[in-house]
Amino acid sequence: MNNFQYSRANDVADVIRLLAADPGAKLIAGGTNLIDLMKENVERPSRLIDISRLPLRNVEETPDQGLRIGALVPNSDLAYHPLIEQRYPLLASAILAGASAQLRNMASVGGNLMQRTRCAYFYDTTTPCNKREPGSGCSAIDGLNRNHAILGASNSCIATNPSDMSVALAALGALVHIAGPTGERTIALTDFHRIPGDKPHVDTNLSTGEIITAIGLPPRGFARNYSYLKIRDRLSYAFALVSVAAALELEGNAISEARLALGGVAHKPWRRLEAEAALRGQAATPDHFGRAADLLLEGAVAGSHNGFKLELARRAVVRTLMQAASGTPQSQAHKKIA
Amino acid sequence: MNGYVGTPTSRVDGRAKVTGAAKYAGEFAADGLLHGFIVDATVPRGRITRLDTSDALKVKGVVDVLTHTHRVALADKDEAWKDEVAPEKGSPFRPLYDDRVKFNGQPIALVIAEDWETAKFAATRVRVEYEQEAFATDLETERGTSAKVDQPHKPRGDAAAALAGAAVRHEADYVLPTEHHNPMELYATTAVWDGSGSLTVYDKTQGVQNVHKYLCGVFDMKPEDIRVVSPYVGGAFGSGLRPQHQVVLATLAALALKRSVRVVLTRQQMYGLGYRPMTIERVALGAKSDGTLDAVTHEAIAVTSRYEDFSRNDTGWAEQLYKSPNSRLSHKLVHLDVATPCDMRAPGAATGVCALECAMDELAVALKLDPIELRLKCYSDRDQSEDLPFSSKQLRECYARGAEAFGWARRNPAPRAMRDGKDLVGWGMATGVWEALQMPVAVRIVLTANGHAEVSCAASDIGTGTYTIMAQVAADALGLPIGNIDVKLADSTLPQAPVEGGSWMAASSAHAVLGAAEDIRQELARLAKAIPDSPLGGLNASEMVLVDGTISKAGDKSRAVAIADAMRHGKLERIEKQKLNQFAEDKSHARNTHSAVFAEVKVDEELGVIRVTRVVSAVAAGRILNTKTGRSQIMGSVVWGIGMALHEETVMDHRFGRIMNANIGEYHIPVNADIHDIDVIFVDEPDDRINKLGVKGLGEIGIVGVPAAIANAVYHATGKRVRHFPITLDKLLG
Ligand SMILES: Cc1cc2nc3c(=O)[nH]c(=O)nc-3n(C[C@H](O)[C@H](O)[C@H](O)COP(=O)(O)OP(=O)(O)OC[C@H]3O[C@@H](n4cnc5c(N)ncnc54)[C@H](O)[C@@H]3O)c2cc1C
Ligand code: SF4
Repeated sequence: MNNFQYSRANDVADVIRLLAADPGAKLIAGGTNLIDLMKENVERPSRLIDISRLPLRNVEETPDQGLRIGALVPNSDLAYHPLIEQRYPLLASAILAGASAQLRNMASVGGNLMQRTRCAYFYDTTTPCNKREPGSGCSAIDGLNRNHAILGASNSCIATNPSDMSVALAALGALVHIAGPTGERTIALTDFHRIPGDKPHVDTNLSTGEIITAIGLPPRGFARNYSYLKIRDRLSYAFALVSVAAALELEGNAISEARLALGGVAHKPWRRLEAEAALRGQAATPDHFGRAADLLLEGAVAGSHNGFKLELARRAVVRTLMQAASGTPQSQAHKKIA
Repeated sequence: MNGYVGTPTSRVDGRAKVTGAAKYAGEFAADGLLHGFIVDATVPRGRITRLDTSDALKVKGVVDVLTHTHRVALADKDEAWKDEVAPEKGSPFRPLYDDRVKFNGQPIALVIAEDWETAKFAATRVRVEYEQEAFATDLETERGTSAKVDQPHKPRGDAAAALAGAAVRHEADYVLPTEHHNPMELYATTAVWDGSGSLTVYDKTQGVQNVHKYLCGVFDMKPEDIRVVSPYVGGAFGSGLRPQHQVVLATLAALALKRSVRVVLTRQQMYGLGYRPMTIERVALGAKSDGTLDAVTHEAIAVTSRYEDFSRNDTGWAEQLYKSPNSRLSHKLVHLDVATPCDMRAPGAATGVCALECAMDELAVALKLDPIELRLKCYSDRDQSEDLPFSSKQLRECYARGAEAFGWARRNPAPRAMRDGKDLVGWGMATGVWEALQMPVAVRIVLTANGHAEVSCAASDIGTGTYTIMAQVAADALGLPIGNIDVKLADSTLPQAPVEGGSWMAASSAHAVLGAAEDIRQELARLAKAIPDSPLGGLNASEMVLVDGTISKAGDKSRAVAIADAMRHGKLERIEKQKLNQFAEDKSHARNTHSAVFAEVKVDEELGVIRVTRVVSAVAAGRILNTKTGRSQIMGSVVWGIGMALHEETVMDHRFGRIMNANIGEYHIPVNADIHDIDVIFVDEPDDRINKLGVKGLGEIGIVGVPAAIANAVYHATGKRVRHFPITLDKLLG
């Protein structure tokens, strides 16, 4: 851990001023990811700007019948918020599939979106890692890559994004509201995280000097037919090997709208509109779901240890869509994959 | 003796533990306490060519940085570094001794500061350069370099010929990965400097006297100048049998600076300590077509360090379990650039019996026999390695009681034949076996006239319940309520005890209590008889018992003298008796505990997800002193066995010789969501040969057999045999 300055921000303008004044500064919200990385000397901010007291803790209905979720709403509060439970249960479920109760109590929405990969080499400063130290090489490509990406990876990085919440947000078509030195802007969540390309050290399209202020949810919540299924090495408190967020609107047995996103397989939540389009107008059957899975996984390539993810992801997609279609979403409390 | 022994008595230290009153090694305060933070080597092998501490020393609050070139004297002979548990062969690791790096994560410097945060920060300012050397850390690629170690088991008959001629044969490799103990409490030492050259060392350890002797040797100190104390231990599981890095470093710093110093390892640094070594276990079984065994061969190839030969009995267990005229067992070591492994719950057996019991299951399939039937056909009433009968062996009863509780009779033997909705259901079983060891232990009892007794001994309670069983045994033996018994443990100045390990402490400490209590009884008998008109007049001491705060005629409470009265008349405020209990050597019997473990798994075959929905463990371990703490031991072991089967693995990148999941987020152990029903059955096993109380010990038997039962259940569910543990979903899908 390095020495750092500490400032507490009172409002968003304060944050932007402090960020501009110190290019080495980092925001700290719940600290559950940043502090760990600082302890490992992976992150070495010159200053921590404590945003935990900013007034960004509300969940509000917007005029278009959507929701606006403040960036500092704790993950647990969000998961158990009545509006989320009733209207966006897919989001609640994905949050509850992540981390542990204690971590979710501390973790913020903004921090969750910004959490960094769990690639073991990224955490170990004695090993080469392009994400941590651009140009040093990627240890995972020829090393331990069982947990790594099968989609959208590059020759410089095959890390995955570990967030569960983001997978549901991607499926729901969420927006990210950002404030920065030049004002406010909004981008789609699916455009927020990057694929690594030749700049794996850049996780997201948030620019320096900017802060996430809120998440926007469009009105459509898919509250009847949804499921979040997370496959991992133990039944709780582990990162996803593969996770699936599925949401459907059905007319009878016909699909009128479909959303599908994968976690644990890429540098960002993986969504492909072709896969969803292929479902529209189709009957909710395993065959159609399998075809959608194939489209979603098009171009997937395995490394030396993660080949199992190709078939696992396909099967998980089908299972999750079946759960969604039958209105029996995966429980995050039962000791069982349904 | 009747009352507390054998009952589900709650822990006498439970309240102290849950209220935080129980103090652990890293929690003791001292005036002017300094804090040390360890700098670890980041290469697996080489020499330190530069260790520049100047930047670290400039950090405000840093007091000193100790290194191999800047420290007080350390012993230069191996004998001094060889603790009670050190492997016979080898030269123990010496922290901060010289410029050699022997394993990744080796401590190479200690930064000492006024507070822990400063020390940790300054540790990042220590600059280290190495001359790296070629290294090897991968057992599988280095397997060819293995060398045989001596083991007591002699070959019997001609196993190779018998195997070649066997009607049915099964042979396979089973691979058990490296595992780390991950006790909840971090390793910690607070070395308190008393101002005049002597030290009180609060250490997390399984053996205070082992640490004491070691520190005296390493630092050439007089025994009376060091006292080692470890009243509570938050789990150790074998990792605290040998003195660990932090106790050397905290003591070194306290002596160098003449101040009190605390050193606490981080969770990551705990992966630089000992571990269960990875093993490749090759088992071959040859049987007649009726299911009796003709040949057993078991070869284990295990990891050790380059500087010590650590090996345990992986391969000897078939000798005790299964009758076979021919057998050949061997244990080989591969020396790698890693730290020396150490004991971990049921060392040798947890891995070796896992392989054996998977192999037996595979043989049962080949023979088309029920797995229990095969084991009964091969049941051995003698330990074949020494050709001895057992002091007791109720394993048949374990099979029967376990099978009944589990519902084994309803098992459809065909793989993939049982289902629960989408899930495949598998039922598997395995045998467990462990040793019933006992060691010399001394106990002091001080009985005061108010009917309270203090029972003291240097033994540790590593969470197993030693405080409680000693209190139970003492209460019964002294005829006092358990609330009147105060047990003091784990102080090197207390009466002699070995390290707490090997499942020997329950039997050993219980009988030491009995020994000292007997002397107290004799003394009270003498005093009681001396009272004028004593109701006990004319009786021999042997006719008297201690009961309900009195000494009375056995079977006749009307002839009794209150303990207080006896002592008052004798003008004694206290009676103090100390006794070393040694068990008579008995070479005529083998002494073991046994178990039969039954597991049910449900497998979501599409996704490869496995749940262990039921485990029944039927244990024969002599007399159970405390059915509550005993049951906890077995339940905890079963949970760990589930981890061995499905989750646990220390993952190393052999290009760097570094452990890549050195934290309990990524090193997976089962969480609550992975645990379902666990049913523990204690089978009656009277044993009047082994010791007076018929006690055998429970700390380790509970884990043995569990991983194999689960692996066998996974096979039964899926028809897929995974022999490379842990059984993760990719192995089922692949
Ligand atoms: C053991 C463990 C297990 C976990 N398991 C899971 C899991 O299974 N699934 C899962 O999804 N997550 C998991 N997590 C991760 C957890 O969800 C994240 O750590 C948490 O969401 C981060 O939120 P925070 O508020 O604590 O972020 P912080 O640690 O405070 O910040 C993280 C990053 O976000 C930046 N940041 C924070 N707020 C903002 C903002 N408003 N605008 C811009 N940048 C910001 C910070 O500068 C920092 O870089 C796990 C974490 C741990 C430690
Ligand atoms: S996968 Fe990415 S994060 Fe992991 S080592 Fe390679 S570059 Fe670093």
